[in-house]
Amino acid sequence: MNRIDQRFSELKQQGRKALIPYITAGDPAPQYTVGFMHALVDAGADVIELGVPFSDPMADGPVIQKACERALKQGTRLVDLMQMVKEFRQTDTTTPVVLMGYLNPIERIGYENFADQAASVGVDGVLIVDMPPEEADEIGPLLKSRDLAAIFLVAPTTSNERAATICAHGEGYLYYVSLKGVTGAATLNAEDVAEHLAPLRGMTDLPLCVGFGIRDGVTAAEVAKVADGVIVGSALVNRIAESLDAPETIAGQLKSVLAEMRTAMDA
Amino acid sequence: MTASETAPNTVLKTKFSDLTRMPDARGHFGPYGGRFVSETLSFALEELEKTYFSLRDDPDFQAEFDYDLAHYVGRPSPLYHAKRWSESLGGAQIWLKREDLNHTGAHKVNNTIGQALLAKKTGKPRIIAETGAGQHGVASATVAARLGLECDIYMGAEDVQRQKLNVYRMRLLGARVIPVESGTRTLKDAMNEALRDWVTNVDNTFYIIGTVAGPHPYPLLVRDFNAVVGREARRQSLEQIGRLPDALIACVGGGSNALGLFYPFVEDDDVAMYGVEAGGDGVETGRHAAPLASNAPHGVLHGNRTYLMSDEAGQVSDTHSISAGLDYPGVGPEHALWKDVGRVKYVVANDNEVLEAFRELTHMEGIMPALESAHALAHAKVLAPTMRPDQHIVVNLSGRGDKDIMTVAKIDGIEF
Ligand SMILES: Cc1ncc(COP(=O)(O)O)c(C=O)c1O
Repeated sequence: MNRIDQRFSELKQQGRKALIPYITAGDPAPQYTVGFMHALVDAGADVIELGVPFSDPMADGPVIQKACERALKQGTRLVDLMQMVKEFRQTDTTTPVVLMGYLNPIERIGYENFADQAASVGVDGVLIVDMPPEEADEIGPLLKSRDLAAIFLVAPTTSNERAATICAHGEGYLYYVSLKGVTGAATLNAEDVAEHLAPLRGMTDLPLCVGFGIRDGVTAAEVAKVADGVIVGSALVNRIAESLDAPETIAGQLKSVLAEMRTAMDA
Repeated sequence: MTASETAPNTVLKTKFSDLTRMPDARGHFGPYGGRFVSETLSFALEELEKTYFSLRDDPDFQAEFDYDLAHYVGRPSPLYHAKRWSESLGGAQIWLKREDLNHTGAHKVNNTIGQALLAKKTGKPRIIAETGAGQHGVASATVAARLGLECDIYMGAEDVQRQKLNVYRMRLLGARVIPVESGTRTLKDAMNEALRDWVTNVDNTFYIIGTVAGPHPYPLLVRDFNAVVGREARRQSLEQIGRLPDALIACVGGGSNALGLFYPFVEDDDVAMYGVEAGGDGVETGRHAAPLASNAPHGVLHGNRTYLMSDEAGQVSDTHSISAGLDYPGVGPEHALWKDVGRVKYVVANDNEVLEAFRELTHMEGIMPALESAHALAHAKVLAPTMRPDQHIVVNLSGRGDKDIMTVAKIDGIEF
């Protein structure tokens, strides 16, 4: 069983909700990333989304844009992410890792090569922001045959018809984008989210996880009441941005931000 | 040289006549194009596609479009025989398709008029646009002013510097110009930021993309709206030359003025076509903006798959061109297909050749071209002398050069 499915089935038995942190790999420099991943697991992460830095992150707000710029300045490439996951797996064989990013770096190294490498280092899922299911004909089977979950987004603007298609293609979990906007925008409305999740429940058994706009324990707990998982990105990446002159303190800070959310969600 | 002779070892089985049936239902031009966007925008693009297809063959919509082109833009634009320049080059006769004479000074307005009509039909009160040279921004601000729509224009901070005149023109027209500081601070970054705005304000905002790139249906509708250029040029050639021209030349940034001119000739196998990309300091230096001519790898950016300048890790490359309007690492997906099937030959003109052509046309014909258009002229300078005086080349003079006076003055060491 894929680690993602395994993790969600454990959480379901325990009656808990998934906490899914996102960080951009290579930010502020590649040597920190694996340490951050372990720190996030220590603080209660159930799944880790590892961002693939891209020169043109069109769906991201300024916080993650700058993270991409820092990571790219340090020369972080997709092949380096593979090494990070490999290193992470030496001591953590159970926490699912999802690569999240844009299509072009994957196009460039080739779909099959990408899928081979990802599977061999212990990646569990792939979320390509600018690849809706309609454009996934080619890469989809390559991921599936290697037991890599293809994770798709659903947005507030997604029609029921489209949502049904996305549910049919999706694996691992469904990533519900809580608001119209880019990552790091401020105005998540939990009632609104609940309203949009309801019809999705009728279409799929996939866990429904919610991202965009979750910044602290309060918003995390609110969303955890209506969703199966909570995805948090910019709130963490912000901590990295604020501590560039003291990178050795970052892991501890990420831990405390995430632990606060964990506590609030489990209360 | 006929077009079929220019076909390299053609990989695809696409016949030239098939090219008129592109894109397919999902917006693909062979392996290119498509709709690679984050989910939030899928709905808006489906809606736009529906709106456009419901109006595309609607005689009332077409009549409204034609009326605006005639009375607001000033079409048809002349096809001008540049006799003195042709003679001095000593070869083929050069004819200039005078898009520089359009209202706002470039071909860009053909598309913004069309998209503004779509915006009006969808009832959205706000438009946004990206711009490089500022021509598309000016054309968008112009139609916004005319329709009373709110208008925000995204422009790379570097382009804001080099196209100050157009920035002020947009502001006079009532638009807000938002300088984009991220990335390389040029056209591609302006497009990123416009997409971010659109994703946030998709309910009340219509995004007017300025070239034949972006997600489906933009490459299709921008091509359709600009095809008036080629339809006129075809008719005018028959009237003024007495037959079709032997060759067409247009500059290629995203590729809208080139497709506009080429598309109505695509099945005329004897009409050779040349798309001229920005050679910058020379393709061999890496400082250029010529994804097709340099055989860049395939990639995905701004919603479509195409030839895309990127490094080995898939990060989009910095580009360089003297002209802001061509300073873009990708190219419209239809051009990518036309390259593969050999219908168009894609070449480059370097910055120094472009300046020379700019000066030459200004001196010899009294027409000051946009630096973008001067790329097409630079290739005419190369091609014409290889042809006979009874042969004919139509060059798309896509825009006028007023906006570039500061750039040229700076090169001449003149400060105002
Ligand atoms: C006068 C002129 N020509 C050409 C272009 C390049 O665009 P395209 O390749 O879409 O025609 C521009 C873009 O700003 C322009 O202003």
